[in-house]
Amino acid sequence: MTWANILIQGILIGGFYALFACGLSLMFGVMKVINLAHGDIAVVAAYAAVFLAPKLHVAQLWSFAVIVPLFAIVGYLLQRTLLQKAIDRDPFTTLLVTFGLSVVIENLLLEIYSANGQSVNIGELIAKSWQVNSVIYISYVSLVVLAVAVAVLGALQLFLSRTSSGRLIRAVSDDREAAQLCGANYKHVFGVAASIAFATVALAGIAFGISTEFAPTSGGINLLFAFEAVVIGGIGSLWGTLVGGVLLGVAQQFGAHFNLEYQTLAGNALFLIVLAIRPQGLFGRRVSVNG
Amino acid sequence: MNSDIDHPATAATLLSVEHLSVFHGQLCAVDDVSLSVGEGEVLAIIGANGAGKSTLLRTIAGLHRPTSGTVSFRGEDISHRPAHQRVRLGISLVPEGRRLFSSLTLEENLLVGAHRAAEGPFDLASIYDLFPWMKERRRGKVFQFSGGEQQAVAIGRALVANPKVLMLDEVSLGLAPIVIETIYEVIPDIVGRGIGVLLVEQDVSQGLRVATRVHCLLEGKTSLVGTPAELSAEAIEHAYFGAALPEAAATGESP
Repeated sequence: MTWANILIQGILIGGFYALFACGLSLMFGVMKVINLAHGDIAVVAAYAAVFLAPKLHVAQLWSFAVIVPLFAIVGYLLQRTLLQKAIDRDPFTTLLVTFGLSVVIENLLLEIYSANGQSVNIGELIAKSWQVNSVIYISYVSLVVLAVAVAVLGALQLFLSRTSSGRLIRAVSDDREAAQLCGANYKHVFGVAASIAFATVALAGIAFGISTEFAPTSGGINLLFAFEAVVIGGIGSLWGTLVGGVLLGVAQQFGAHFNLEYQTLAGNALFLIVLAIRPQGLFGRRVSVNG
Repeated sequence: MNSDIDHPATAATLLSVEHLSVFHGQLCAVDDVSLSVGEGEVLAIIGANGAGKSTLLRTIAGLHRPTSGTVSFRGEDISHRPAHQRVRLGISLVPEGRRLFSSLTLEENLLVGAHRAAEGPFDLASIYDLFPWMKERRRGKVFQFSGGEQQAVAIGRALVANPKVLMLDEVSLGLAPIVIETIYEVIPDIVGRGIGVLLVEQDVSQGLRVATRVHCLLEGKTSLVGTPAELSAEAIEHAYFGAALPEAAATGESP
């Protein structure tokens, strides 16, 4: 029964990792930007849920209704200004700029809110869980986060594969110059992709803030887990990201079963094994060097 | 060069390029080139590797910025318009190397081509009429197609935007002669609808066969202009390879 519990808890946490990772995957897939500030942007969303939502007279639980659209707008604007300027130079510049963004965000949060731990308060809902048997408890919050992750990834997949805007995003991701020759303003398409990525990371950040205590520097470890989920699943595959997140979660729970200190280590070990055996990820397409 | 002499007065001018120069860093890729394309005309730009042909087309499409000179469409200066707006005006480029969206299906490629289409004769159905094999394979991923098929998709993707001027960059590159023939078969159909065609060819004989006028570039400069009928083989060789390389011209090998 312990093993079943490891599996279930791993899947639940994996859903959260996938939700966290899909924005990272999208921005890399479309813009070829590795957003090193991804984790910090999630933390900002969590802070917004704690401090901004009450000012707007929104309950912290429902704060995503305000914060997610707000982040979508911020994502579009940031992409059209700072990130586009970096992309126009070279890929290395985008790394530096997003790294710089990460440093700025962490220090601003420290300056404004101090290093104290915070959490998004959703009342007594946080403690509620469904007891399957004497060993297995499934927390409502984790279950909802997993459901949201599956729904978001599914909706995103449908959007990309079935709608004309989604088709355009895929076309720009394949060849932005050819897309321009088809009349597409690729900078706008980049903006749309960034706004989707920021919306999902805001959702993930709030979920994170509900599940655990967070501080201004919590972004880094989340970025690592998101990155691992994307690489395990395979870049450019959203369902791959979900599977990657779940496998990462299960591996971590497995490690934690033996010793709590092995939690992150087990996840990293899985990441390295996948990277060594199948560098394109479980669901990624092998990209030939000659293109 | 005076562009008034350059084109016959019969066809209404769609595209005109005046004294265009384009630099890649220090290198002058296109040097003071003027040309024009009218309705239903086929202007073939010929020249050796590195003569500036592709750069010229890419500048007209808006992918490069000219250093000096202008690109005008129907009398309006469009030199500063971004590439995606030029498509809407009616200038489409089939880029060198085809550049299809490799993760998209054939039909999705055409749909992206059509997403900012102007009014005109072409839609997906008429592209399938032009290339009948496409209809059955419209759900196929384009990276599985042969080179000739991919080239046809690239042309279809540009046509479905209903261009007034269609630019073709090295469509015959890397294709078997029989495949090239089937690709060029569609040009009369396109020109018959009043579309002006501007094509770049390294294969001079192919260019001469379909062109109403020929424009030869040598190291970025215009070296010869005329109709295929009025140009002698010697004059073309001379313009293609330059005066400095008579030996190479005689053997017909490109440098």
